[in-house]
Parts: sequence; C-alpha cells; structure tokens
Amino acid sequence: MSNRILEVNHLTTSFRIGDAYYPAVDDVSLTVNKNEVLAIVGESGCGKSALAFSIMGLHRQAKIEGEIKYNGQNLVGISPVQLNKLRGKSMGMIFQDPLTALNPLMIIGQQIDEVLFLHNPSMSAAKRKERVLSLLDQVGILYPERTYDQFPHELSGGMRQRIIIAIAIANNPSLLIADEPTTALDATIQSQILGLVNELKEKMDAGIVLITHDLGVVAEIADRVAVMYAGQIVEIADVFTLFENPLHPYTKSLLNSIPANVQPKSELHVIQGVVPALQNLPRTGCRFSARIPWIDASKHAENPTLEEVEPEHFVRCTCYQDFYLPGEREDGQYGVS
Amino acid sequence: MWKFIVRRILIMIPQLILLSILIFFLAGLMPGDALSGQIDPSLDFETIEKKREELGFNDPWYQQYGRWISGVVQGDFGISFRHKVQVTELLSERMTNTLWLSLLSLVITYLIAIPLGVISGRYNDRIADQLITGYTYIGFATPLFIFALLMVWFFGFYLDWFPTGGSVKPGLTPGTFSYFMSKIHHMLLPAISMALIATVGTVQYLRSEIIDTKQKDFILTARAKGASESRVYNRHIFRNALLPIAAFFGYEMAALIGGSIFVETIFSYPGMGQLFLDSINLRDYSVVTATVLIFGLATILGSLISDIVLSLVDPRIRIK
Repeated sequence: MSNRILEVNHLTTSFRIGDAYYPAVDDVSLTVNKNEVLAIVGESGCGKSALAFSIMGLHRQAKIEGEIKYNGQNLVGISPVQLNKLRGKSMGMIFQDPLTALNPLMIIGQQIDEVLFLHNPSMSAAKRKERVLSLLDQVGILYPERTYDQFPHELSGGMRQRIIIAIAIANNPSLLIADEPTTALDATIQSQILGLVNELKEKMDAGIVLITHDLGVVAEIADRVAVMYAGQIVEIADVFTLFENPLHPYTKSLLNSIPANVQPKSELHVIQGVVPALQNLPRTGCRFSARIPWIDASKHAENPTLEEVEPEHFVRCTCYQDFYLPGEREDGQYGVS
Repeated sequence: MWKFIVRRILIMIPQLILLSILIFFLAGLMPGDALSGQIDPSLDFETIEKKREELGFNDPWYQQYGRWISGVVQGDFGISFRHKVQVTELLSERMTNTLWLSLLSLVITYLIAIPLGVISGRYNDRIADQLITGYTYIGFATPLFIFALLMVWFFGFYLDWFPTGGSVKPGLTPGTFSYFMSKIHHMLLPAISMALIATVGTVQYLRSEIIDTKQKDFILTARAKGASESRVYNRHIFRNALLPIAAFFGYEMAALIGGSIFVETIFSYPGMGQLFLDSINLRDYSVVTATVLIFGLATILGSLISDIVLSLVDPRIRIK
C-alpha cells in the first residue's frame, strides 16, 4: 500500500452541455504505483485528457464524483488552497502543446523559478537560480545560462517541451502526469523527449501517468496500459500481456491499425466511424458495438463490466471470445453475421 | 531600439507632407475666404479684388502652398485674420490647455477602464459583469456632445460643483497653488465627461482580452504549478491581457486630443478644439490649417508612441 501513489476509484467527470451533465470520464478506477508508468491510450475524444485534468484538479466547470486518492488523501472536493500545495510540488504535469503552454511574456528562468518559489518560500533567490540552471541541464538544455534569460518564442518546440518537463519535475514530484507529451512534436524530437521521460522515470522514483494515442510510445516506456473508449476503461493489463494477448475488440482494432503490425500488401485495418460526441453517446449496452457491426448483436451484454479474465488483466467485454477482425475471416466480408 | 525609432520618425516625414497638402486643399475648398467673411458693405468689389491680389489669394495653388509650407517648417503659421496675432502665439496657450485636458481624461479613462475591465473579464457572465457591460453599451450609444451637455447642466448649473466655462478663475497669479487648483477644477468636468464615454471601448477590449487569456494553455501551466487564483490573475492573465491595451495607448491619446473639439466647445474651454470650430466659422484659414495640422501630427505621434510602447512591453516584437 505504501507503494501506491495514486488510486482512482469510480471517478466520473461530467461536463454540462445545455441543461444536462454528460460524463466524459465514466466510472474509471485505476491505480499507479511508485516507479511505474501507466499508459492510458485511446482515440481522441475518449476522455483521456479529461481524466488527467481531473487528477490535477484543472477542470473549472466540471462535476467530479468518485475518489482520487493521492498517497491516501482524497483530492475530490479538497479546498483550492490545499490542492495548490500539492500541484507543482507533489504532482507535476507535462502538457500537450509546448508552443502554447508557456507564458509568452516571462523569461524561461522565471517560469521555472515560479514553481520553486511557490513551494519553497524559504529558498533564497540565488539557491533557486542554481536549481533552475541544474534543472535546465537535467532536461538536456545545452546552454542553461543563456536559456534562463530567453523568452519562449526564442526556443524551438522540442526545447519548450523540455522546459515544461523541467517545470513539472522541479520539486521532485512523486506523481507525474504527461498528457500526450509528444503529440505536437515531430518524430525525431518525439524520440528525444521520450528518451528524456524514460530517463526521468528511472531517476525520479515517481509514478507516471502517460496519456497518448501513440502505441509506439506505449510499447517503449509503459509498464501497464489502460485502454479507454468513450469515457470507460475497456481493458487494462501490463504492457506485455496487452501487446501479446489483446482481448477487447477495441484494443485489437487499435493494434491492427498500426502499419508495422500488418502483413505486407494486406489491407490496413481501419476502425469504422468515430467516437460519438459526448451528448450522443449511448449510455447502455456495449459502447463499442456500433463500430463493429459485423459482430452478432446477441453477443453484447446489456452493460458489460470490467472483469478480470486472467490475473491483472481486466476486460470490459462479453463478445471478445467471438470477436474477429474483418480481415481474419476467410471471406473477408464486413457485416455479414 | 533607437534605430527603430529613427526609422519610424523618418517614415513620418512623407506622412506629414501628404497630410499638409491634403489639409491645404481641403481648407481651400471651404466656400468663401477671409475677406468674404469680413466684408464691410461700404467696400467696393474692386478694392476687395485688389486686396485678394495683394494677399496672393489668386496665385496658383503651388505658390500658395509653397509660401505656407515654407513658413510652417520654420514654425510660422502666418497671422490670424481674426485675432490679428501670430497663429503660433494664439495656439501655444490653447495647445497647453488641450494637452492637459487630454492627459487628465486619459488618466481618468484608464482609472475607470482597468478595474471595470478586470472585474468584467474575471467574473464574466455574472451580475457584476452584466452591469458593467450594460454601462458600456449605454456608453457606446450615447453621443458625447449630448452627454457633455447633460453633465454641464447637472454638475455645472444644477449642483454648481464645477465652473461651466474658461480654463482658470480670473484674477489668479500663474504659478501659485490656487491657480493650479483652479486649472484642475476647470478641467475636471470636461475630462470626466470625455473619459466616461471614451473608456467604454477600453473596458470592452480589456474584458474580452481577459476572457480570451483565461483560456490559454499557459494558464493551465500556471495552475498546475500550484499558483493561487489571485496569482494566476495578477502574474499571468493580467499582464498578457494588458498588452493590446498598452499598444492602444498612443491612439487613445490622439483620439482624446481630437475628441476635445466637441467637449471644449460645450464647456467653453479655451483649447484648440474650440479655437478650431470658431476659426472655421470665421474662415480663419491660417488658424484652421494650423490646428488641423497639429491634430494630424498628434495622430501620427500617437501611432509612433503605440509602436514604441508595444515593442517595450511585448518581448516577441522587441527590436534589436
């Protein structure tokens, strides 16, 4: 238990659209341990970022129910003052778009300094500057002294993401949330940033929640993986199990949509349709069933629950034993079940 | 930085030449001239024509323009037909009055705009914001000269709190404290009237800037650092939202100097605006052209100030 950094129990985050609240994160439970990277994957609109923002308390107008326990302390309904003592100190967040996540009017040094200043009031300015410079060095900035006085617009996207990482790790948090940290970067920079996150994972002794829709990233650094679809976790397992024995139709579909996983010259799998908009989401039945129309409707349970099918491998599906991808059928036809 | 300012000043020269030609032409297009306005019925037509010839009114436009502009560059705007004194002499005191009035209204404008805009933007769509927005709509819809008349009637005549004309109480020695206070006292009502109307644009602008900045990603970064709500507002949102307001500073100033035309007339405040309107009525060309040229110069200088201010406050366009 002492190893457990984060425990999310039955978290439901709802947004108001018109007169009603619609849950973007729907009854999600998960845990993160020390020195563990939990990846959360799914398409855009699955509620991954909404989950991350809920943990950091960054939603301004959402209704949050359930429990978010950081080191045993429930963060739901906590006062802003108490929350601010944790944010930036015990919990750090890496954002998606480094180009907009820094204040354009503040020099880099000040922006990192701020997070030190807020949580270490007794630290002297000189000490803080020393720490900022060592942080810049730690995240791979070549000339910390020069970068300290630069403005964000003078840096490249990759460098800015390093600055954001420096802000997130400045106070050695025990929980780090990375919300698609490489999405806005080009491929070479992506691998550098991932290398950096990997390095930090070993040094920092922290639990990391990594949100991404890039399964390549997952394979590289995750220990456990939670697959989210339409606000729910549909499958959760350690990274090897998930890649070798994916069970949920959605996980299978995702893995078969990666070019490297498909036989040469055979057709790449495309998941039909899109994630339904929040207010159009069916609240009963299997949420993914609409996108696999070739599977017999009688196989879907009324309301599938997350079941442990083998140790530490949970799946929310009743049709997975009968599921096949279109290409796997001999006739290769869609929707003739 | 200095290079930039020098370059901007050099660009001003063609702007000013163009402006002076325009002004000269437009002034010439006014029907009649100084003599037709000041005619003594006993004078016969030929004498007037002779006088016109003497004064050079019948010369081709470029000669007239040349004469005028060569004087202007030496600071000589000619002689006022009406007041029979040098235009520069006539203008210098008026200009000081207008400048002080504009500065005072500028200060009041921002004193109103900044708190109202910040409250309105921070608590948008709540009751305080709705009240402030309501005021800005009324402000937008109210013509300044009608509002100013109401102010004169209510605070000047009815309550008798403020004088309704002049720029200083007669009989005071310049330089004394009571002279200074009397000047302020005379300026206050026109300045407040102008500011109350001129400020609504800035309030609205600041409001929408704050609402816009609130949703920027770097505000999330600030919150994720554990910064308190007031710190997020003071250190991150406010500064970023104030940028365009600061950039508008010069234009605002120029607009207030130009806007003084109505206010000065209504408050009988002896400034350039009042002189300008009087001179138009009297066909006092030399004064009209000089005042318009100064209004134009104020606008050009205003945009220069705006550019310099913006380059000082926004690092992204800092000039090396």
